[in-house]
Amino acid sequence: MAKKLPKVDVVIVGVGWAGGIIAAELTKQGLNCVGLERGKERKTEDYFMIHDELRYALRYDLMQNLSNETITFRGNEKIRALPMRQYGSFLLGEGLGGSGVHWNGQTYRFLPYDFEIRSKTIERYGENKIPKDMTIQDWGITYDELEPYFDKFEKMAGISGEENPLAGKRSSPYPTPPMKTTPSLEKFRKAATNLKLHPYNRPSANLSEAYTNPDGVARAACQYCAYCERFGCEYGAKADPVVTVIPVAKKTGKFEIRTHSNVRRVLKSGNKATGVMYVDITTGEEIEQPADIVVLTSYVFNNVRLLLQSGIGRPYDPVSGTGVIGKNYAYQVQKGNATGFFEKEEFNTYAGAGSLGMVVDDFNGDNFDHTNLNFIHGGSIAISQTGLRPISNNKVPKGTPTWGKEFKANSIKYANRVLSVGGQGASMPFKHHYLDLDPTYKDEFGDPLIRITYDFEEQDRQLAKFLTDRCKEIMKEMGANLIETMEELGPYDITTYQSTHNTGGIIMGADPSTSAVNNYMQMWDADNIFVVGATAFAHNGGYNPTGTVGAFAYRAAEGILSYRQKGGILA
Amino acid sequence: MADNSNQQEKKESLSRRKFLKSSGIAVGGLAVGGALGSLLPFKDKTTNKVDVKNQGTSENYNLALMYFSPEQFKMVEAATERIFPADDNGPGAKDLGVAYFIDHQLSGDWGFNSREYMQPPFFKGEKVQGYQGRLRRREIFDIGLRELQNHSLTKYKKNFVELSEEEQDDILTDFAGDKVNLTTLSPSGFFNMLRSSTLEGAYSDPLYSGNRNMEGWKMRNYPGSQMAYTEVIDKEFTVIPPKSLKDHLGH
Repeated sequence: MAKKLPKVDVVIVGVGWAGGIIAAELTKQGLNCVGLERGKERKTEDYFMIHDELRYALRYDLMQNLSNETITFRGNEKIRALPMRQYGSFLLGEGLGGSGVHWNGQTYRFLPYDFEIRSKTIERYGENKIPKDMTIQDWGITYDELEPYFDKFEKMAGISGEENPLAGKRSSPYPTPPMKTTPSLEKFRKAATNLKLHPYNRPSANLSEAYTNPDGVARAACQYCAYCERFGCEYGAKADPVVTVIPVAKKTGKFEIRTHSNVRRVLKSGNKATGVMYVDITTGEEIEQPADIVVLTSYVFNNVRLLLQSGIGRPYDPVSGTGVIGKNYAYQVQKGNATGFFEKEEFNTYAGAGSLGMVVDDFNGDNFDHTNLNFIHGGSIAISQTGLRPISNNKVPKGTPTWGKEFKANSIKYANRVLSVGGQGASMPFKHHYLDLDPTYKDEFGDPLIRITYDFEEQDRQLAKFLTDRCKEIMKEMGANLIETMEELGPYDITTYQSTHNTGGIIMGADPSTSAVNNYMQMWDADNIFVVGATAFAHNGGYNPTGTVGAFAYRAAEGILSYRQKGGILA
Repeated sequence: MADNSNQQEKKESLSRRKFLKSSGIAVGGLAVGGALGSLLPFKDKTTNKVDVKNQGTSENYNLALMYFSPEQFKMVEAATERIFPADDNGPGAKDLGVAYFIDHQLSGDWGFNSREYMQPPFFKGEKVQGYQGRLRRREIFDIGLRELQNHSLTKYKKNFVELSEEEQDDILTDFAGDKVNLTTLSPSGFFNMLRSSTLEGAYSDPLYSGNRNMEGWKMRNYPGSQMAYTEVIDKEFTVIPPKSLKDHLGH
């Protein structure tokens, strides 16, 4: 029998960016919150030995232990889904701060086009532009409505950046100036300018200078040590929940964090949640935490899994296209890029920061004419200087053997002579791309794993090819002696790292029949459950998702406070 | 040989100190304030001291085996040397300690696939679904090395370690190209594991027994684990003598 604890105002499942932001905002207003985190406590001092490529980048020290729980995957419904036994395509975070600890810090706002993608696509190109099975829909909110929340997230995190001439209007400039640029970034800027494109410094959560945010949290400037993605920041210079919002929530005395607490069920009575059931994994004890409001802020896969295995919401049916939980799973089209080999120059590519880069958005969203193109949307194109670590970066020109004398000589010769320009392509949802519960494979408790049914479509192949060509033009203008590019996108392959930008499954919208949550991330089918994260994305844009997730979390926090006052579905 | 490399170390260490001094990259130059400043693991006098210690010739007690038999160890040493041979750039896998690295890795989490999902049922999947076998890495190495030996004996009537470099290359090429018939595992799968762990052993922090004396990093001018690059990030290519995690422990 589960031990039952006293009721709290709000229980938050997963304490990463979304959970941390919501905890800070709600506790500031006096609500009592409990945060359940299945991983362990994390603090800056944990990262003394962080510059360890083997341990963190290749053995995934900060990531979820897959032996306890993973996902299953198949390209389509005719194939048997099999477990992702080892990491590859994306990395699942775990522990206090979640993936917010080991992200790169690239902080964008999705484009105005993203939020009204269906209307705007039809308006400009007509309904026939959208393939039959492509299930894009408007998000039930506009960029202008979201702008204040983007602004709030950026000020909390201290984002360093400069105005992007092709993005939505900003109410205020970035709180800190852009990061330093580097010779390779300057090369990109010059090349892009020559090509009449609009380069700008990538908005960064790695601080360009010391910064104190509106909550009074002071952080130091980034040291360009080159260990961001897959690593935690020993300086606290990279904004992460542990050095920003979580201490703010804790300071109120109203936020209790319980680590090693793995939530297995959302409990309900009628169409309301009554709390959650979790396991204290240090003792194995099952514990019930009653709450007035349940907020799901774990990663995309677990948010969806929790609802499905708790029997909450209408599961998506890919045959009829009805139901909503698990719908519109999307990812990122990451492979359109160009690698340049430079014979005469070497670069400090060993140095960098997760978000150090130069970007153009001329081929993102609907910033260009798609009339004669067989795809919609696009992607940001950027050069990144995140730091090339030696085990994972051994690019050699095609034709070089993959091992032996010639490989060694070339991999060393080019160690500091390779630059890449990469496209981050948007990912459109399709009727047959979705998440549901796997019928065969189980987690450590015997609960079903989540199953991904997903593959690249013609839209993605066309987009990847297009972005590749644009990247190649820029690389050529940058003066590379040899340029290599992707030849074709191929099928979606879960074994090679692409991005941890999984989206959808509990999407936001204006219509309860086609969306799971409203634009406060409140569930249409259970008004005291809020599901906050990239699960709400109706498709994935041509940018890293965290900036938009952050804005959503602030929006949701406002919604929860208002729900606490008035009750009912928020409008 | 050992004397030479000591000399080399001394020279680089001196130029490194000079560099640190002139670039202001040493800790005094870091713009980290407040509580965070105290988090910096290397501060004041420690940076130079550690180097002096590094040059000591104390015995390395890590050079022993945790998993392989001596015979397996010699095969791994020979095979990884073919993958990453000594050349004008510097040492190969053998002198970098790669075989020790792999041995030590197999004895821990990685060798047991203990942080990976290994629950049944096991089905053969599509390539894009990734590894679906039931074998763990230490078993793959056991079987793979045995088959490498068998293939050498069949093709050249000699043990793998007794083959000429060309013959060893030929045997490895057969594995890499799946030209050997094995029932239990994929020859190229084993070869790829050998290849990727060779690179790991050549370039991971020396704390894991490979990348001996940071020679792997030095070959490619990788500075290893530095606390900050604020002084060079916007500059032309700059060679910085490497540091390892040991330097950050401040002892």
